[in-house]
Amino acid sequence: MSTSTKPKAKEKPTTERITGAEAVVRCLIAEGVDVMFGYPGGAIMPVYDELYKYQKDIHHVLVRHEQGATHMAQGFARASGRVGVALATSGPGATNLITGVADAMIDSTPMVCITGQVPKHLLGSDAFQETDVMGISIPVSKWGFQITDASEIPEVFAKAFYVAKAGRPGPVVIDITKNAQFGEFDFSYEKCTSISTYVPRPILDEAKLKEAAELINNAKKPYILFGQGVILSEAEAELKALVEKTGIPSAWTIMGLSAMDTDHPLNVGMLGMHGNYGPNVNINECDVMIAIGMRFDDRVTGNLEKFAKQAKVIHIEIDRAEIDKNVKTDVAIHGDAKEAMATLLPMLNENKHESWLQEFKDCDKVEFEKVIDAECNPTTDEMTMGETIKELNKITGGNAIIVTDVGQHQMVACRYADFRQTKSNITSGGLGTMGFGLPAAIGAKLGAPERDVICVVGDGGIQMTIEELGVILQTDVHVKILLLNNEFLGMVRQWQQLFFDKRYASTEMVNPNFQLIAEAYSIKCNKIDQRKDLVGALTEMMETDGAYLLEVMVGKENNVFPMVPAGAAVADIKLEP
Amino acid sequence: MPESFTIAVFSENKAGLLQRVTSSFTRRKINIESLTVSESEVPGIHRYTIVVDSLDEDGVIKVCAALEKQVDVQKAFYYRDTDIVYREIALYKVRSDSMTEGSPALAIVDKHHARILSVEPEFTVIQKTGRREQTAALFDELEPYGILEFVRSGRVAISRPMKELKTYLEELAVASTH
Ligand SMILES: Cc1ncc(C[n+]2csc(CCOP(=O)(O)OP(=O)(O)O)c2C)c(N)n1
Repeated sequence: MSTSTKPKAKEKPTTERITGAEAVVRCLIAEGVDVMFGYPGGAIMPVYDELYKYQKDIHHVLVRHEQGATHMAQGFARASGRVGVALATSGPGATNLITGVADAMIDSTPMVCITGQVPKHLLGSDAFQETDVMGISIPVSKWGFQITDASEIPEVFAKAFYVAKAGRPGPVVIDITKNAQFGEFDFSYEKCTSISTYVPRPILDEAKLKEAAELINNAKKPYILFGQGVILSEAEAELKALVEKTGIPSAWTIMGLSAMDTDHPLNVGMLGMHGNYGPNVNINECDVMIAIGMRFDDRVTGNLEKFAKQAKVIHIEIDRAEIDKNVKTDVAIHGDAKEAMATLLPMLNENKHESWLQEFKDCDKVEFEKVIDAECNPTTDEMTMGETIKELNKITGGNAIIVTDVGQHQMVACRYADFRQTKSNITSGGLGTMGFGLPAAIGAKLGAPERDVICVVGDGGIQMTIEELGVILQTDVHVKILLLNNEFLGMVRQWQQLFFDKRYASTEMVNPNFQLIAEAYSIKCNKIDQRKDLVGALTEMMETDGAYLLEVMVGKENNVFPMVPAGAAVADIKLEP
Repeated sequence: MPESFTIAVFSENKAGLLQRVTSSFTRRKINIESLTVSESEVPGIHRYTIVVDSLDEDGVIKVCAALEKQVDVQKAFYYRDTDIVYREIALYKVRSDSMTEGSPALAIVDKHHARILSVEPEFTVIQKTGRREQTAALFDELEPYGILEFVRSGRVAISRPMKELKTYLEELAVASTH
């Protein structure tokens, strides 16, 4: 492979004769990996043997299911900004990784997955625990390579770590046959800094930036929509500067949450199916839309035929394939969000858009009266998810990392959680993977040990990866689990109520005693079903040293509103059933 | 409105790449009409020539963007039939006893400017190079005399624009270190 165009150093790098398995570990160390997640098995045992020797350098977290390893690696990556690493054996170990790979792909998370494989001479023979990992993972990964000879290891690993992080990040799969793990070769390692076939940071088109600036400077109702691209390119400061200079109301996608302070006066709230009212309806009121590091997912756009048809659209995006994919742009700025905003800033006029901003505030008032007040200050006996998150905010001050699973609790947490630091929202946005929350929270805590990490999860989703409580026990990871129990697969039940005439097919849950489960794993826990206990229970959870599971019984048939029904226009967002 | 497009994808020839290329089509349920893989004029760079006829221009642009974003893919271009010079090659196996001197089948072969590639005691192989309609027309005319076997290659195409692949690759290499 000719991957690096970097001129080679004069003197030959020193080499050492080692096995492929040792080389794998040495590559990881060279890439700065100090935590990884995995599960052993026959085809990856030589690597595990080396991890045993190098355990001072790399903390290998033994997961309970390989899917957990991928979500932990994802949580780690999202909280730390580093590449997450997952390791598994061949066959079932490898196939168990696939959900996480697909999730990382659609949510642009840098991850390197390593799988063992049967020896080269057995490939294609249906050998024990042989599966076509490359064939399965290619459609859901950014890049992949099957190593069948030890000498390929350094270059492939260097390329893998580069690809995972470069440009729009994503998951990489490396499959290593067992003979390559045993094989000896002369090892030396050189990091990859570029690949001649891949452009990670497109060169900005100055003329396009000028065109964009002109549009923005003349706009009456400009509107910024930003996504995770801001976080991935570390452009939070550039975004803030741009927003404050121009006075443009800005809304975040679910993946863009925490890229700006929640209570920044120009942060108007969340886009999307269960986003805020103003951000949705004003999509069809703005005259210039500036989309930054986001991909116009259908959960954000609703019906494309009725999406921002009146507006001129500027799209700042690093992935060329996202530009004009869903929403046609008037000015496409193909490039890195940080670089693009920094270049754009001096071209923009200082401005204020008070009356336009007021339109958002007017909407907020409506949303508060129709939805938020009842959700966050309920007068019913039953507790709500919203009040739980609001009380939590008061304790965390918006400084915790909020990891969610998928469902109603996810939407409520994303709607109501406060964020005062970036990289604080970790959720499965694109794939909507139930079971993501608990392992992702464990990974996030290991990626950002100094921060509080709270996993907000439903009674359905927690049971999809509940086995990872074993990691909390064995590895002593201090995550807080806030289980919002409505004894239903709530989000699906909500759709059944609204669109299937309340036929609750297979959404009612007969649940285990979660308290006993937590106790079995030596995790401190509590369960409440009375409002009067909420603040005390949340405080105790946060003040307890160590992991904690707090189960809050919430209303069984509460709904998340507002809601843009699937396929409807954003302007037709509903505030009530 | 769907049209016929020829897509040229350039990449280093690596294991798994064919699947990455085809999955860019299959996941969108786009049927591939023909696919040919060969070398290109640049050493080490392979060329995939893919014909699709169920896409409009917007669709083909999106597929090319999805192809080009693959780490190992250098370039993906799309062409209308008027932007390229293209050919397919077809082989026909017929009974030799229907191809005797002065037979109507032989006259058909002549009329279509097809070549006799091989004559064996039992069978004769005819080769026709041309566009799809031309190879199909020969098929239709020969059919009454019995076609024992037929095969047609995927399309191969040369583009009309003069910018060389080499130049694109140089530009890409510069951009890749930006
Ligand atoms: C792996 C997976 N299977 C199915 C779904 C479909 N789904 C989306 S939300 C949901 C219900 C989640 O229920 P629960 O975890 O209890 O959370 P709640 O909605 O009640 O807050 C389901 C089944 C999914 N997103 N992921």
